[in-house]
Amino acid sequence: MSSSTSTKGIWKVITASSIGTLIEWYDFYIFGSLATVIASQFFPKTNPTAALLSTLATFAAGFIVRPFGALVFGRLGDLIGRKYTFLLTLILMGGSTFAIGCIPSYDSIGFIAPILVLLLRLIQGLALGGEYGGAATYVAEHAPDNRRGYFTSWIQTTATLGLFISLGVILLTRHWLDNDAAKSIAKFNDWGWRIPFLLSIVLVIISVYIRMKMKESPLFSKLKIEGKTSTNPLKESFAHKANLKMVLLALFGATMGQGVVWYTGQFYAQSFIENVCKVDFEQSRTILIWAILFATPFFVVFGGWSDKIGRKWIMLAGMFLAIISYRPLFNQLLQLSDMNNKIEIEALRQIKSNYTILPNNIDTLRKTTIKHFFEDKDILAETKIDTLYNDVAKKTIKPAVTISKTLNSSIYWQMVFIVFILILYVTMVYGPIAAFLVELFPTKIRYTSMSLPYHIGNGVFGGLTPFIATLLTTIYTSDKLVGLYYPIIVSILCLVIGALYISSKMNIANKN
Amino acid sequence: MNKLKKIAGIVWILLGPISIFYLIKTAASEIAKKPHIDTKIQWYVFVIIFIPIAIGLMIFGYYALKGEYDNVE
Repeated sequence: MSSSTSTKGIWKVITASSIGTLIEWYDFYIFGSLATVIASQFFPKTNPTAALLSTLATFAAGFIVRPFGALVFGRLGDLIGRKYTFLLTLILMGGSTFAIGCIPSYDSIGFIAPILVLLLRLIQGLALGGEYGGAATYVAEHAPDNRRGYFTSWIQTTATLGLFISLGVILLTRHWLDNDAAKSIAKFNDWGWRIPFLLSIVLVIISVYIRMKMKESPLFSKLKIEGKTSTNPLKESFAHKANLKMVLLALFGATMGQGVVWYTGQFYAQSFIENVCKVDFEQSRTILIWAILFATPFFVVFGGWSDKIGRKWIMLAGMFLAIISYRPLFNQLLQLSDMNNKIEIEALRQIKSNYTILPNNIDTLRKTTIKHFFEDKDILAETKIDTLYNDVAKKTIKPAVTISKTLNSSIYWQMVFIVFILILYVTMVYGPIAAFLVELFPTKIRYTSMSLPYHIGNGVFGGLTPFIATLLTTIYTSDKLVGLYYPIIVSILCLVIGALYISSKMNIANKN
Repeated sequence: MNKLKKIAGIVWILLGPISIFYLIKTAASEIAKKPHIDTKIQWYVFVIIFIPIAIGLMIFGYYALKGEYDNVE
């Protein structure tokens, strides 16, 4: 690629692209991370229509709108250029995130609140669908051929760092609002959750300013000067067999497996630690935060390595390792959090009960918390909520019981190590994939062609991982690890297709 | 290798309709179990999204069978 940018220039390009993409991921994840708080503010379960809008916000934004955004903005990026398109996606994402933070609650303005949240969430999904392909293409088109994997891998760190920052901002805000921890969390659930959303606008303004100063990609500019840009990128991408077969290969041989490994290593792992292992809210998140911090540099390691040994086998090795080790690793998480065979110090056991008179002024709500302290310093808190009826004949049929475990330092760090391994697989499959996708398609339809398989692989196959895994555990209740069969089967299919059909020499970019 | 790619193409073609059938069957059974509107929407989204992907897998298999990926560079 003769028109690649100087080394100093490429770092400017990477910084400008990465900061914007990181902010987009941050914006997208804070909604997901705060789903429970948002649901209580905007989608009360007692109202069926609001609950319906909540389901739509969850499913539509992730699965339908992301690939649709890939088509809309991919086409635009191939028609008018990369720079202005991913500037537009950044403004849309930042604007809608800020606006979510400003919407009055359901209690204040009724149905308009959940409808507005749904609309803004859809815009977020649409913008995310357009952003990644633009940023990856923009960086790749500035990078020299022999270091494309290394330079694009910086863009690949942004999705994980976006999650890292969103978790960090949420945890800090939860503790920052009051000196008393319980009061601080209460304030956060009431109004403090808006802070991470509002903060986004500052980051977006800075990023837009930086991006405005950037020039158009040299390869796209060259095509434009020569009058060789595509007039109909969608038709050329998906109606021409020569390109469609590569789009399908990218999806079934790479992004499908990459998506499930990504979502299993980060989202499902955290959800598994919190909901299946019953580790407490903060520890389940800080475990992920530490693991992300240690594993993130490996995106660059594997991206750079892919320039030397090729993209294909690094990605497929990541899928292979995931296939053979997911069950043992997740089983180890279960074993580590199992407190059945531990010795309790019974003298330290604490029992606390709170009583609240219910609005009917007759019955009472009882909340009993029993704290068990173990010799190895683990703590198990069991909270039971039931109703004490004034009418002695009435009894709570099934009291709500929640369990929360606080792990000792040794077990905590062992869990961090396991999640680190899971994220290491993510870095293997995800580090080289931007360069792989970019090299599969010609410059004039690259944005459109690479965005769709990326967002189907990640948004649909990856995004469905938590739902399908949870669904499997509700059907086959005897096996707590049954949910892992979904990412394992998808990865096997992708591994076979990738190994058979992807060539290590695939590189259309060099032929442009 | 090219022969193996073509034979595997038949598998991908067959996987398409099998997954569509399994998806619709599971969706119908899950909706019947919990006929709430949110369950319906969730499964309608799954079906609407996955049917085109399954068709894509069949097209991929067809291309593989026809040798479109032979000696691909």
